[in-house]
Amino acid sequence: MSVVETKVPAGFVPVYTRPKSLSDKRFTYCPGCHHGIITRLVAEAIDELGIQERTVGVAPVGCAVFLYEFFRCDFAQAAHGRACAVATGIKRANPELIVFTYQGDGDLAAIGAAETIHAANRGENITVIFVNNQIYGMTGGEMAPTTLPGMRTVTTPEGRDVRTTGYPLRISEMLAQLDGPAYITRQAVFDVRHVQMARKAILKAFRNQLEGKGFSLVEVVAACPTNLRIPPTEGNRWVKEQALKYFPLGDLKVRD
Amino acid sequence: MKVLLRGNEAMAEAAIRAGCRCYFCYPITPQGELVEYMARHLPRHGGVFLQAESEVAAINMVYGAAAAGVRTMTSSSSPGISLKMEGISYLAGARLPAVIVNVMRAGPGLGNIAPAQGDYFQATKGGGHGDYRLIVLAPSTVQEAAELVMLAFDLSDRYRVPAMILADGMLGQMMEPVELPEPIPPERIPPKPWALTGAKDRAPNVVSSFDLDPYRFREILRALWAVYREIERNEVRWEEYATEDAELVLVAYGTMGRICRTVVRRARKEGLRVGLFRPISLWPFPSAPLRRLAERVPVFLTVELSAGQMWEDVRLAVEGRAKTPFYGELGGVVPTPEEILSEVKKHVRG
Repeated sequence: MSVVETKVPAGFVPVYTRPKSLSDKRFTYCPGCHHGIITRLVAEAIDELGIQERTVGVAPVGCAVFLYEFFRCDFAQAAHGRACAVATGIKRANPELIVFTYQGDGDLAAIGAAETIHAANRGENITVIFVNNQIYGMTGGEMAPTTLPGMRTVTTPEGRDVRTTGYPLRISEMLAQLDGPAYITRQAVFDVRHVQMARKAILKAFRNQLEGKGFSLVEVVAACPTNLRIPPTEGNRWVKEQALKYFPLGDLKVRD
Repeated sequence: MKVLLRGNEAMAEAAIRAGCRCYFCYPITPQGELVEYMARHLPRHGGVFLQAESEVAAINMVYGAAAAGVRTMTSSSSPGISLKMEGISYLAGARLPAVIVNVMRAGPGLGNIAPAQGDYFQATKGGGHGDYRLIVLAPSTVQEAAELVMLAFDLSDRYRVPAMILADGMLGQMMEPVELPEPIPPERIPPKPWALTGAKDRAPNVVSSFDLDPYRFREILRALWAVYREIERNEVRWEEYATEDAELVLVAYGTMGRICRTVVRRARKEGLRVGLFRPISLWPFPSAPLRRLAERVPVFLTVELSAGQMWEDVRLAVEGRAKTPFYGELGGVVPTPEEILSEVKKHVRG
């Protein structure tokens, strides 16, 4: 894997630097993918709270599988869907640690739905970053539980037919019904304003854990241009004009 | 001082004394007393008892707690162990120490809750995916169950290989007087510099079973198999009973090993020269001592509560040096000593 060039030429002043809790590894995400922004926002939150030395991440199966190479934190690699259970084990074993999971929609809302719902319902004091790009990215663009009606994927070549494959699963709304969670919010990163809002939400989700408030989940509606078969420059527009129709942004539950 | 305990309770108490501080479970018969004992007692020792939403979640919580460097355990019975197999494969791949108790019941499928030994293949041949082994220990008394649970924690930590206790419903439910092993002082538990404790004043630790590069992953697995070879050299355990002059040796483990001990005593009373070879470590299987015995014993009758699973390892060990008949019961039926004795008499003369 290549190393990012960080040498600053003479006379230049760096105004945009790499967060301290990120390593020098170049991200493996595709052009136009929103994972890169979200991964960076997590690192910025860890830096801002000064918790790098006590943070343990749980890496998913999916496009963020190499997360443990991107961060300068201790990391556990979890089986597909099991990140919330693994995080529960780590946090219960050592409550001093700050534990977060970072999961896609197939991971969190399909195969890991049970682990997610029950960790939320127990109010596990962990932070969950949920990247909802409405598709299985790593495996080649199959239908996810969050895939939009009519959306073409390799397993719905004629478009998602809700009569046979169901509707986009709004798992954050489901979780917000529970008494356990402290904070459930849906954010996006398709423009600067929304990146800043997502940044604040992720920071809050980590701060909640530091304050012992319990389960905090930030869903980020994201784009996967590669599997949508659209140019990288079109991803932002896709989220804004298509995905948000089914996944409206905003706080779904805030317990202060 | 001896105390009267069920097998399930003795295993729970032994785990606490071994320093287990995180226990994750899901209810299933016939291991319910283990869960109940942990719920009552583990929190009093400052430990974490958590009833998970599924067997899958429970084993992944074990994965997390083990990664954090804590002695951790889960227990279940056959159908639940099937669900845990994904997590067990990940534990093995990530080199995490943990103890898994399987109080076997009859299968396949939902089967029933009567004692059986049908999970031998699953336990010893890798019931999950990939190239891995578990340390598998099979107690035949409540006393031995307590001792082997303590040993399982030590071996699992020493080799960074998950360990399974393969018991069955009879042993789990049976009450016997037990001399409980002394608790292990926390300072005797080996340090775990690889654990996820926060990357303070050191490079980050990563617990993972993942490597996309086949050549690098091959080296990881070669190192793992070097550990397995070391375990095969050091950790083979078995018991021989009245084998010195035996013309027939019964090979049986766990509850069946215990019943076969009675068979040997009755056979001896009738003048039949019968002995018992009881594997205690099912993996590593005691192949070498069994092979040595096969130099002078003409018949090995394997007896199992299954259609013949350990039997395959017996035949592999004996390698044609002796006859290797089989006698087994299915579906949770436990044969009586008389039934086994009449089977013995088909193969040996008085």
